[in-house]
Amino acid sequence: MKHDEALFQYLLRLGDSPLILAQRLGERVGHGPVLEEDIAQTNVGLDLLGQARLWLAYAGEVEAGFAAAGRDEDQLAFLRDAGEFRNLLLVEQPNGNFADTTARQFLFDAWHLRLLRALAGSTDARIAGIAAKGAKEAAYHAERSGDWVIRLGDGTDESRAKMQAAIDDLWMYTGEMFAPDATELALVEAGIAADVRALAAPWRQHVDAVLAEATLKAPGETFMQQGGRRGVHTEHLGRLLAEMQVLQRAYPGARW
Amino acid sequence: MKEWPLWEIFIRSQHGLAHRHVGSLHAPDAGMAIKNARDVYTRRNEGVSIWAVRSADIVASAPGDREALFEPANSKVYRHPTFFPMPDEVKHL
Repeated sequence: MKHDEALFQYLLRLGDSPLILAQRLGERVGHGPVLEEDIAQTNVGLDLLGQARLWLAYAGEVEAGFAAAGRDEDQLAFLRDAGEFRNLLLVEQPNGNFADTTARQFLFDAWHLRLLRALAGSTDARIAGIAAKGAKEAAYHAERSGDWVIRLGDGTDESRAKMQAAIDDLWMYTGEMFAPDATELALVEAGIAADVRALAAPWRQHVDAVLAEATLKAPGETFMQQGGRRGVHTEHLGRLLAEMQVLQRAYPGARW
Repeated sequence: MKEWPLWEIFIRSQHGLAHRHVGSLHAPDAGMAIKNARDVYTRRNEGVSIWAVRSADIVASAPGDREALFEPANSKVYRHPTFFPMPDEVKHL
């Protein structure tokens, strides 16, 4: 794969995860358990959407270097099919109950924060800049979602059971966060991409510390689902995209 | 959530010296009260510092005591510094 094509693929991976998670959090607008949480969750969603825009805009510019024409951020977000999305399987999982939403957010945030901090040292100045900006937001996200895991885990019997079930259910989607493919490793070699393998130990430490404080158990060794990087997704992504993309699909080029 | 206590939120703005009361919100504990206040009241760059105080811990004067507390001051106009002749040259007073 040529350098530009590899970089394009990598930028899609960086942009698609926050984009899809933002859409999931957007589904929560008006459905938060309390007003304060409703605002907080959608704030996080908007932060992630802002980051996704920066990554996808850059991806489109890089694409123009090797394809007939580069797509803009909207075309990339609204006109790709599920098989062309490169997000983590974790972020496309449904909102479920509040513990499910919280667990998904926490497992992602603890990884995302470290990814962005690592990318802030990228030799690609544009990537480094976007990552440095996003890392400040991600630090708050991780603190907030971790706080909720602790409060629900170390809460009532019911909240504890739901929080444990949520962590157990989502655990199998955490493996792919630390499994780079050849495309990514070539960019790591060039100092452009972050080596996600190095994030595994600190992520696990962070997660274990929060789970311990929450009186929850980390799940044992389990089969890890993978596929997001290759566009092989769970059944949930198609339905999410149907809702996210319906306007641009029905009225191509619509603006407001 | 019914048992979540109410918190009064005070924000110090970019150029303000003192924290000002901006509103109230519900949160399960002090830590989450600060985080909720961050999300509810500082979304538009309003502040550089947040105080959260449990509403139950605020001691307020009773509306029924209004006469006893505040009316005696009404008839004491001499407490306002309005009886001094001011030279014209002094501005901004």
